Parts: sequence; structure tokens; C-alpha cells
Amino acid sequence: MKIKTSTSRKVFMAFNYLILTTLSLLCILPFINVLAISFSDKIAVTERRVGFWPVGFNTAAYSFILSQPAFLRSLLISLERTAIGVVVNLILIILTAYPLSKTKSEFRARGFFSWFYVVTILFSPGLIPGYLVVYYTGLMNSIWALILPGALPVFSMLVVMNYIRGLPKELEEAAYIDGANHVQTLIKVILPLCAPTLATVTLFSFVGHWNSWYDGMMYMSTVDKYPLQTYLRTVIINPESFFRNVTNVSSNLAVYLGLVNARTTSAAQLFLAMIPIMLAYPFLQKHFTTGLVLGSVKG
Amino acid sequence: MGKTRRRNWDRLLRELPLYIMIVPSFVLVLVYSYGAMAGVTIAFQKFSPAKGLFGSDFIGFSNFVNLFSMPSIWTVIRNTITISLWKMGGGIIVPVVFALLLNELRGKFVKRGFQTLVYLPNFLSWIVLAGVFMDILSPSSGIVNTVLGNMGVAPIFFLGDKFWFPITMVVTEIWKGFGFGSVIYLSGLTSIDPALYEAAEIDGANRWQQTLNVTLPGIASLVALMTVLSMGNVLNGGFDQIYNMYSAAVYETGDILDTFVYRLGIESAQFALATAAGLFKSAISLLFVLVSYHLADRLAGYRIY
Repeated sequence: MKIKTSTSRKVFMAFNYLILTTLSLLCILPFINVLAISFSDKIAVTERRVGFWPVGFNTAAYSFILSQPAFLRSLLISLERTAIGVVVNLILIILTAYPLSKTKSEFRARGFFSWFYVVTILFSPGLIPGYLVVYYTGLMNSIWALILPGALPVFSMLVVMNYIRGLPKELEEAAYIDGANHVQTLIKVILPLCAPTLATVTLFSFVGHWNSWYDGMMYMSTVDKYPLQTYLRTVIINPESFFRNVTNVSSNLAVYLGLVNARTTSAAQLFLAMIPIMLAYPFLQKHFTTGLVLGSVKG
Repeated sequence: MGKTRRRNWDRLLRELPLYIMIVPSFVLVLVYSYGAMAGVTIAFQKFSPAKGLFGSDFIGFSNFVNLFSMPSIWTVIRNTITISLWKMGGGIIVPVVFALLLNELRGKFVKRGFQTLVYLPNFLSWIVLAGVFMDILSPSSGIVNTVLGNMGVAPIFFLGDKFWFPITMVVTEIWKGFGFGSVIYLSGLTSIDPALYEAAEIDGANRWQQTLNVTLPGIASLVALMTVLSMGNVLNGGFDQIYNMYSAAVYETGDILDTFVYRLGIESAQFALATAAGLFKSAISLLFVLVSYHLADRLAGYRIY
């Protein structure tokens, strides 16, 4: 299509670029400011001289944080719950999506099970009943409290189920004629074909587990059991008290304290918590987009 | 007779692996989702954790009566609806406008660059974002008030002022989601038949007329669908966001149902009252979700399964 570049068109495009650039900057500048603060000298930060570039560049805030057991401990808990959680999610998604992808004549209980899972999307019983179930099943203060209540992400399961249903039926029929049972069909025929959609739901689960905070706050009674995001909450709610409660008196502490303050260390921790998401970001962009279109348009 | 029974038995045997596969998630969902659903009965009980769900006495609707006689509940409901309606409106309009503007660009590389920048906040948790906003919006040291100060504006306490708090919540929510929210509209825009634009051009329509008469009608059904689907959120003010940024100073305009339930239930241990408030929210939400799915199906043939 040929576009006439009239004067009004040029004016429009200039404004268009201006608006899009402003919006993009609005999305990214807050992070750049916080990043700059994390690398800046505490005096420059206090005097409000830090914009989008570090003033008095140093990495003391990072060395300080990484010497704190509190941060590292919650980081490990987050890594653990994300690793276990994603694997559990993925296994249950596959084991549920495959039977539900069958027709009613192949799996007679399909109708019942479909409704059984879909109802949980429609009706959420609320915060307190969920809390009480975790309490009564004895999961308080256990890492499983962060994994089992959401062990099957129903939306992801529906995405995978729809994907399997979209595969050519002949493949399964051929496997059946060759004498393959359901387990063999699933492992040898279906799963290899599902790689793209499994990548998508794996990323859903990864982001979900990594970003999750409020289950940690509800189900863990002490800060030393908090996953990273929940721990971060204690930092951002009251940076000064976090800073005053620093327990690790290493020989370098005095040096650090001369360079860092509550604001630079909070900024450093926020940025460290963003790193895994940033690393996965290229994949997230691609797969979340396809997942979104899969989930809502095709449905 | 024996033959059909035999065939039924064969069929069940063939289906058996499917049952075995589905059992683990069935059990977990039964315990954690349906167990919680059963747990809403404590909204009708004089619940004490020691007696448990089965030992506590039923007291009918008196928890609800008590709940709705609390003076703050009406403020909370009003706040929830106000905040969520503004978020829903902005959450449709801004992504649509952004998608339209982005769609005017021809260079693939430039388009991709803008998308990469605006999608980012969507993937970060409200904890990280709350930390960022608390820093940049601080009246004494944040960069936003530093910039405003240079322009001669007195410091604004965005998160501590009851006028500014809900506005800040609406704006930051839209800020987080508009980029990624535009994905669906961009894919809708690319599926408009280019022949329609050519025809419009032959008829002498300029770009603006083409936008009005081809582009907008082309995504109207998608916008309608997304609007309908967002209806289920009418009582979702955004717990993750508000709980991490609010304070007692802004309860009057910023306290929403979910934060209210959390304080009542977890912080004050008023389990039955909090469950009643949660059930009230869930019941209304369910109603809206069912209506919205029905409308979405009628409107666009959309089904979740």
C-alpha cells in the first residue's frame, strides 16, 4: 500500500513519534532512575542530584546486599520454590490436558472433569478459606504451601489442552493402530509436538512463581522463610528499619556504611530481583504474546 | 449381554490410564480449591479455629448483618468500584490508542523497539514496582517531585494524600498493563483485510477517514469482547498493587474489599467476618463473570473451553 506523504501526514507522524517516545520513556525511566540510585554515592542520592545516570559511581550497595544473609537466604528460597513449582505445574498440566483433550467417546468422564477444573476459574472462594485449607493440611511454614495450592494452573492447562486438540487426529490414530497405549502416545507422539505451547506455559509458571509474594506473607510465620518478593516487601515498606537491623558485622561493614544508605540498598535489591525477569525477557515477549492470542482468540 | 459387558470392560481398561493421569491434579484441586470453596461455610458460622469447620455453630446471616453494619464497609465498596471502573476504562482505551498509533509505523524495527520498552512493567511484580514508585514518588526525595519542584510545583504526596492516592493507583495500573494489553489489539489490526484500505483509498478516503471507517470498525468487536471480559473485575481493585502502597492515611479513598478482607481476616483474625466479606465479593464477581462470558459467547463466539 502506497502512502501519500502529505504535509498533514508528516505532522501527524511527528506527533505520533513524539507520543510513542514519551510513552516508552515513561515506562522505562523509573527503572533507570532506581538503577542509577543503586550505583550512586549516598550523598549524591540524599542531595537529590541523581537522575538517570549514577553520580559518584560505586557498587558498594551491591557488595553490601550480597554480604547480607537475609537477601541471599530469601533468594535461595525463591529459586527453590520456582524450580520445584514450575516442574510440578508442568507435570500436572500435561497429565491433565492430555485426558481432557480426548473426545467424549474416548474418555467418558471428560465432561465431568472439564467442569470440575473450569469451575475453579469462575468462582474464587476468597482469601480466608484458602488460608484455612493450607493451615488444616499442615503446610504452614513449609515450602509446599507455596506450591501445592496452585499446583495446577487451570488457564495454562486449557491452553495446552486446546493445542493438543488442534493437532491432526491421524497421528494418534496411527499410534493406536500400531498398538501404542495412552502413555506411549502421550510421551512419543503428543509431547514432542507440544514443545512450543509447553514453553509458553513454563514461562507463565516461571513468572508466576518468581513474582508471587503474598502466599509467602500468609503462610510463613518468620522472615527467614520468606521468598525473595515477600522479603523485599519488608524492605520497601520500611527501608530505614531494614537498614538499621543489619546484623552481619563484617570487617567491610564500616566501609560500606560510608557509601550506602537505606535508599541505595533498597534500589539495589529491587534491581537484583528484576534480573531473572530481564534474562527471560526476550522469551517472555515472544511466548506471552502467542499464549495470549492462543488463550483468548482461539479459546 | 455378556458381550456388551465385556466391551464395556475393555473400554474402561483402555480409559484407565487416563483416569490415573488425571488423579494427581484432581486430588490437589479437590483439596485446595474445592476445600476452600467448602470453607466459605464459615461465613455462616460463629467460627472458632479451635472447633474447626465442622465443630463451629451455624448462625445464619448474622456475619453479613454485622459486616454491612460496619460503617467502613460502604466506603470500601465505593472505593473498590470507583478504582476498578477507572482501571477498566483506562485499561481498554489506552491500549487501543497505543495499538492504533503503533500500527501507523511502517518500520518493523522501530515498532519492535517501542514494544520492547512498554511491555516490560507487565512482567514485574507489584512488590518491585511498589518499591520503584515509593522511591520515585516520595515527596521529600523522589525524582518526580524533584522535577515538579524545578517547575515550581509544591511537593505532592502521591501515596499519602487521600486525593492523589486513588489517582496514582489508576495511573500506575494502566502504566503497568497498557503496553502488553495492546498486543491483542495489534494482532486484531493486522488481521484487517488490506483490500478494505485499498478500496477506501480508491473512494478518496484520507488516512483519518480510513481510520474511522475501516480500522475502528475492524477492531470494534475485539474491543467489545475485551470490555465484556473485563466486567468480572468490577470488584477487583487490585490487591497486589494497593496493599503494597497504601497506608492508614489513605484508607478513606484507597481501602478496597480485598485489602479490607486481609486486614480483617489475617491481621485481626476475624475469620468469619472476613470470609463473609470475601464471599460477598466472590458471589457478585461470579455473577458478573457468568454474564460476561455469556455476552462474549453471543458477541464473538468466545468460549473459555
